[in-house]
Amino acid sequence: MKKHEHDKDLNTFNRRRFLQGLAGGTGLCVISPEGLKAHQPASAKTPSVLVDITRCIGCRSCMRACKQANDLPVTTDLTADFPGTWDAEELRFDQWTVVNPVTGHNGDGVEVTRNIKSQCMQCLEPTCVSVCPVGAMTKSELGPILYSADRCIGCRYCIMACPFDIPKFEWEGGMWAVIGKCQFCAHTRLAEGRLPACVESCPTGALKFGARDALLFEARARIKTQPDRYVNHIYGESEAGGTAWLYLSDVPFENIGFKSGVETAPMPPLTWEVLSKIPIMASAMAGLFGTVAWSLNRREAAERREASESQEESE
Amino acid sequence: MNGWLFIIACVAVLTWVAVCLAYDKRPRFLRPITFVTILCIWLAALWTLIRRFTEGLGAVSGMNDAAPWGLWIGADVFAGVALAAGGFVIAATVHIFRIERFKPILRPTILTAFLGYMLVAVALFIDIGRPLSWWHPLVMWQHHSIMFEVTWCVILYSTVLAIETSPPVLERLGLNKLLRIVQVTTIPVVIAGVILSTMHQSSLGSLYLIVPEKLYPLWYSPLLPVFFLISAVAAGMCVVIVESFFSAKILNHGLESILMRDLGRAAGIILFIYLVMKIADLAARGSLGMVFEGSLQSRLFLLEMVGCVALPAILLSIRKVRLLPRWLLGASLLVMAGIVLNRINVSWFGMSVSDHLHYIPTWMEIALSLAFITGGTVIFLLAVHFLPIFPKTADEPAELHG
Repeated sequence: MKKHEHDKDLNTFNRRRFLQGLAGGTGLCVISPEGLKAHQPASAKTPSVLVDITRCIGCRSCMRACKQANDLPVTTDLTADFPGTWDAEELRFDQWTVVNPVTGHNGDGVEVTRNIKSQCMQCLEPTCVSVCPVGAMTKSELGPILYSADRCIGCRYCIMACPFDIPKFEWEGGMWAVIGKCQFCAHTRLAEGRLPACVESCPTGALKFGARDALLFEARARIKTQPDRYVNHIYGESEAGGTAWLYLSDVPFENIGFKSGVETAPMPPLTWEVLSKIPIMASAMAGLFGTVAWSLNRREAAERREASESQEESE
Repeated sequence: MNGWLFIIACVAVLTWVAVCLAYDKRPRFLRPITFVTILCIWLAALWTLIRRFTEGLGAVSGMNDAAPWGLWIGADVFAGVALAAGGFVIAATVHIFRIERFKPILRPTILTAFLGYMLVAVALFIDIGRPLSWWHPLVMWQHHSIMFEVTWCVILYSTVLAIETSPPVLERLGLNKLLRIVQVTTIPVVIAGVILSTMHQSSLGSLYLIVPEKLYPLWYSPLLPVFFLISAVAAGMCVVIVESFFSAKILNHGLESILMRDLGRAAGIILFIYLVMKIADLAARGSLGMVFEGSLQSRLFLLEMVGCVALPAILLSIRKVRLLPRWLLGASLLVMAGIVLNRINVSWFGMSVSDHLHYIPTWMEIALSLAFITGGTVIFLLAVHFLPIFPKTADEPAELHG
């Protein structure tokens, strides 16, 4: 029945049919909403790392290893011997991981200092990948999120959108500035079956590499066997829909600089909900405005014809 | 405190430039004081550009990793696009809804929108980190990204505006065949323009849908794209009013005051709808209490909603106000200021944590922004001088202030 009506419509409204076809066709070429998902399903086997904050001594071996493995410039501070008094370091486009001492209240209100390693969390459903207009951020099949400067236009939407504020920009970069962030050594070491450089360099076992489900199991086991030692929260288990980096701590995470209140639902659907409606909205608008313009135009033409006819008659 | 002094200084410079441009009518934009002001701005902008392309964005701007988007995105791109919305509104009114009495202001409005979009495109080129890769979104598609939509809208709508702006140029050059082709395709082109504009205006709001826990709750809303679109339509109409007023003054031709009155009325109604939706949205999300909490953001929000939405909405709904050109102009200027404030609030203050600002624009960023505004104005005046933009009949002095 509906189809029949539609056909009748098409026979009567030529312009509308043309415009609808045009808009629909363009829409279909650009985007086919069926079968597209803004996010890949979470994978239990994603290569992951469990960080046990209670075991980190703050030696910054991982920072040095990261610099070497990724050919990044080494700052003088990092050549100093441990233990030393180091300045706080920030993530930069050429510094993909940092370890900083952070002081905060533990559960009993006592001030304690913990060494916190930060790097890209490697989200299971990465926001940066979904917001990048050119696909410069991609999620590799293995899981880590890779960055390709060859595609990047430098719009910095990834920096703005990242729920963990991880990607950094080369602000002194002239015409060809790049974004920098940890890529889990995916191209190099992981592909050769070796551990990420930071994990390999850790002398205390604060970093543990493995499949995500195995690490989650291990983390839960540690919490269960030592409930006095750990807070009952695995940071990264559900933050931003789950991340490959998982953290265990004896101090509530929000007290030692971890971002609290990160949505537990994945972020990409927030914009996809709007984007996926564009083809239908654009087609509807084309149809609507096309019909209005066409019918008003026709009426005007008829009026003009009548006017000229009556003028001729009077002459 | 320094920050506030800085902002006050910026506003003062901006006002000075605006006054120079608006009231400098005799030998047009070549009067000495205006000329010197503009020259200084352009030289500063040139310096900024050279340093930006050699030493990078960090050397000229206050942007950093905590505030990756600054004044050029917030004020030049977001506000610029919103202020150019008059183009598609008037084009749709004349060509789609066939309300032909708006035809006299069609050409100047389209020209304004076209120049606005050109400046936005240039601003984006300067602002992106790898300017020579600007064409990548055309061939490297990633249609899950709002930024992808934004890029396509900028490029396609600029093309549409170029076609819509071409008739006066073609008339001037006497290319009648080409002119006829453009005239025949007017309606489909205008419809495409309306769709692209709707998408573009709303998509700038959609950009912020992805940061629910970063953007201040007074501005974050799932309805951001709708708010951006509605506010842009109202602001676009007010730009037409302001622009007609100053064109009439500077170029000594008549003011289409009846049209201005109608536009003002429509803008007022749209502002009321915007206000009601905004309040309902805040109430529905339980953020209404934050309006009066006294933080920097809540004060800016109040200034924006009361001073630049509610006040002009009330003013424009009063018939006597609409009848007085100066009052109409004042209300329209308020709306324009409101849209700039709103876009800056969303992109800057709303993205800051309480009153700790991660970002303060440098004088170089401001100089370049001013260069965009003055440059656009000068190009507009030149175009009006050399092209048949304003209807010839409007030269009659009887219509002045009529």
